[in-house]
Amino acid sequence: MDILKVEEIKKSFSGVNVLKNINLSIKSGELHAIVGENGAGKSTLMKIIAGELEPDSGKIYLNGKEVQFHSPLDAINSGIALIHQEFSLVPQLTVYENIFLGREISKRFLGINFVDRKEMKKEAQAVLKTFGIENIPVDSKIKDLSVANKQLTEIAKALSTNSKILIMDEPTAALTLRETEKLFSILTNLKSNGVTIIFISHRLEEIFQIADSVSILRNGELIATKQINEVSMEEIVSMMIGKSMSNRFPPKPSKKIGDKFFEARNLSSDSFKGINFSLRKGEILGIAGLVGCGNTQVGESIYGLRKFDGEIYFEGKKINISKPTDAIEHGIFLVPEDRHDLGLVLQLSVKENHSLPNLDLFSKVGFVSTSIEKKSVKDTISYLNTKVSSINQRVDNLSGGNQQKVVLGKWLVRSPKILILDEPTRGIDVGAKFEIYKFIYEQSSKGVGIILISSELAEVLNLSDRILVMSEGRITGELDPQSATQEDILRLAVKGKES
Amino acid sequence: MTISKSNGFIRKYGVIFGLVGIIIFFAIESPNYFFTPSNFILISKQSSINILLALGEMFVILTAGIDLSVGAIAGLVGAVSAGTIVATGNLFLGLAAGIGVGIAFGLINGVIVAFAKVPAFIATLATMSAITGITLIYTQGEPIWNLPSSFDFIGQGNLADIPFSIILMALAFIAAWIILEKTKYGRHVYAVGGNIKASRAAGIKISAVLVSVYAISGLLSAIGGIVLASRLGTAEPTAGSGYELDAIAAVVLGGTSLFGGEGWVVGTIIGGYIIAVLNNGMTIMNISAYYQEVVKGLVILLAVMLTSFGKKYWNE
Repeated sequence: MDILKVEEIKKSFSGVNVLKNINLSIKSGELHAIVGENGAGKSTLMKIIAGELEPDSGKIYLNGKEVQFHSPLDAINSGIALIHQEFSLVPQLTVYENIFLGREISKRFLGINFVDRKEMKKEAQAVLKTFGIENIPVDSKIKDLSVANKQLTEIAKALSTNSKILIMDEPTAALTLRETEKLFSILTNLKSNGVTIIFISHRLEEIFQIADSVSILRNGELIATKQINEVSMEEIVSMMIGKSMSNRFPPKPSKKIGDKFFEARNLSSDSFKGINFSLRKGEILGIAGLVGCGNTQVGESIYGLRKFDGEIYFEGKKINISKPTDAIEHGIFLVPEDRHDLGLVLQLSVKENHSLPNLDLFSKVGFVSTSIEKKSVKDTISYLNTKVSSINQRVDNLSGGNQQKVVLGKWLVRSPKILILDEPTRGIDVGAKFEIYKFIYEQSSKGVGIILISSELAEVLNLSDRILVMSEGRITGELDPQSATQEDILRLAVKGKES
Repeated sequence: MTISKSNGFIRKYGVIFGLVGIIIFFAIESPNYFFTPSNFILISKQSSINILLALGEMFVILTAGIDLSVGAIAGLVGAVSAGTIVATGNLFLGLAAGIGVGIAFGLINGVIVAFAKVPAFIATLATMSAITGITLIYTQGEPIWNLPSSFDFIGQGNLADIPFSIILMALAFIAAWIILEKTKYGRHVYAVGGNIKASRAAGIKISAVLVSVYAISGLLSAIGGIVLASRLGTAEPTAGSGYELDAIAAVVLGGTSLFGGEGWVVGTIIGGYIIAVLNNGMTIMNISAYYQEVVKGLVILLAVMLTSFGKKYWNE
């Protein structure tokens, strides 16, 4: 029986058809995955279902009855809750205050309504317990919680309004493997309590692990809805990108790995200890680990963003890196984990972001030469196949994949010797991922040393020439990707964690 | 893509339509007095001090900071320049002393914000108060007069029939435009305001940028302060008070984001003109000064609301 059905939904923004005639049915009590490249229309469709947007035309049926949502509140009252990638929690307030935000429980005293904190705490605890997430202290502040616990609080908040349909937009994007497992067991538990879940994800492995059925969107159209057991990952990928892609990874180039030219000796800081490793010219060195294992911090330290102890040798000499300009001078560049935080100035254009670290190359006596600058941007954009309407387009209007290409591209101008790539494909679609993998291969074939920091195991295993695994700030092992499996990485990644 | 263009369009050109609208309104109400060439020169003269301050303020606001001390610095600089000239009889020494004081206090602001990491609002609120006090101590609360006529030229004289203060304002505008639009440094100012962490990761020297924008603000406040003292013919110890608010209003009216990273120099000039035209037009229409303040406040509010409404509309 279909709990939710949308018929002939259309939506356009300033003349662009984002959704073209979508028909979709969701069965009661199932976990229905929605996949598609960035810009396929997934989020728009979900926002329409959750009352955040109104469709241009089309109908929504809930339990066979037509409904019309004019606001998120309408949808919530009908039992539909949408959990965004960006949380809608107030960081300064506690877990229970957030769960009851806007519908605080009160008690009357002397004719005045006072907030009943005791009752709210009790209720919040009960909600958390129902879904097996009672390990979150209800009176801790949201800002002190891990991403995973924030997510669970968000879910608890949605469920406390008696939601029957829970829509989650990329809930695992920022979670560690273990947190993801935890989330999945909670979702399974919810399903058995009769909650229907709609789940957007870029990680296809996850979908096969947890979903009952999957709908594929492409360019605003519903390509297919399949039971998960009647479809393969390759089929989903080719439906998503509209052409068959036998493999998610480009073929490995035949390249010669050169001499050792970089060495980190005994690096330590508050987030890692005793880090020793070397890198060869043209080598792709994967540094794998769970979120919080310290690999990101190692990368940021080598780039001069963090203070650390220890020695770095590069091209036969000991070098001193205490700020990003030191690393830049040596041709060592970072593509950061969070491109919005460290990689881009969102208000500025593609051109301005591209030029930001390169203005010295584009300027004469302090004045920027527009012709040199434009040529450099245009060359880079066409090399990386970055899709922009103009080089003056603001980067916040670009998709994740194209934003990442802007971040990567700005370093190409300076002929990198080492590229530190921290989660280079996080939150970007399959097509753009493929192109970034190709780019990594091309750079390494040119002799650029690549430090690939990633929590996506398939990525590390497929791309790397050598893999280091970190746990709790230490290197717990080195693996040969030819023979290692995902389980081998995981075993080293949790080493020292369980005890 | 079309979205961003339209949004930028509203932000950039909306303020021009606003200014034109206000001019048309006053031109209809008072064609004989308001809508005359000589009145427009007068408006430019009246706006020159505020625009000088606003241009400096804009550099600071572009870095997501704020400088509340611009009026106080203008007041102190007027007094120091006048005092030095009266004491030494040397015009250039007086101007140099004033400009030096302006840059020095700007640098102090910058160092407090960049190195002591005091939020700009608090830092410059504190220096505003301290500088106002220093001015009162220096002048003993008395205006400084008996200034030579060579000093009066700056705020009252003409060069080839154009008031010298307007020439100064135009030069400052051109310099600010070139710096912000054409130089590496200008790009760094926008970037630091847009995303300080990404700017640091791109190798930009954040503290140098922060200190320098406050120094530029101090310099332009100093020039504004000298023009002000010269125009009045005396250095009043409290002459600069309140100027910071008009300067911030001009910048914000011009579409510069208080969150930093976004803004247009031409917008700041137009913002300054909107304030000056309002003052001038309402005075011509004999509206009491008390009501003028109310109208000015409402216009600023309306303009900012329209900008943010336009932004929302285009982003839908």
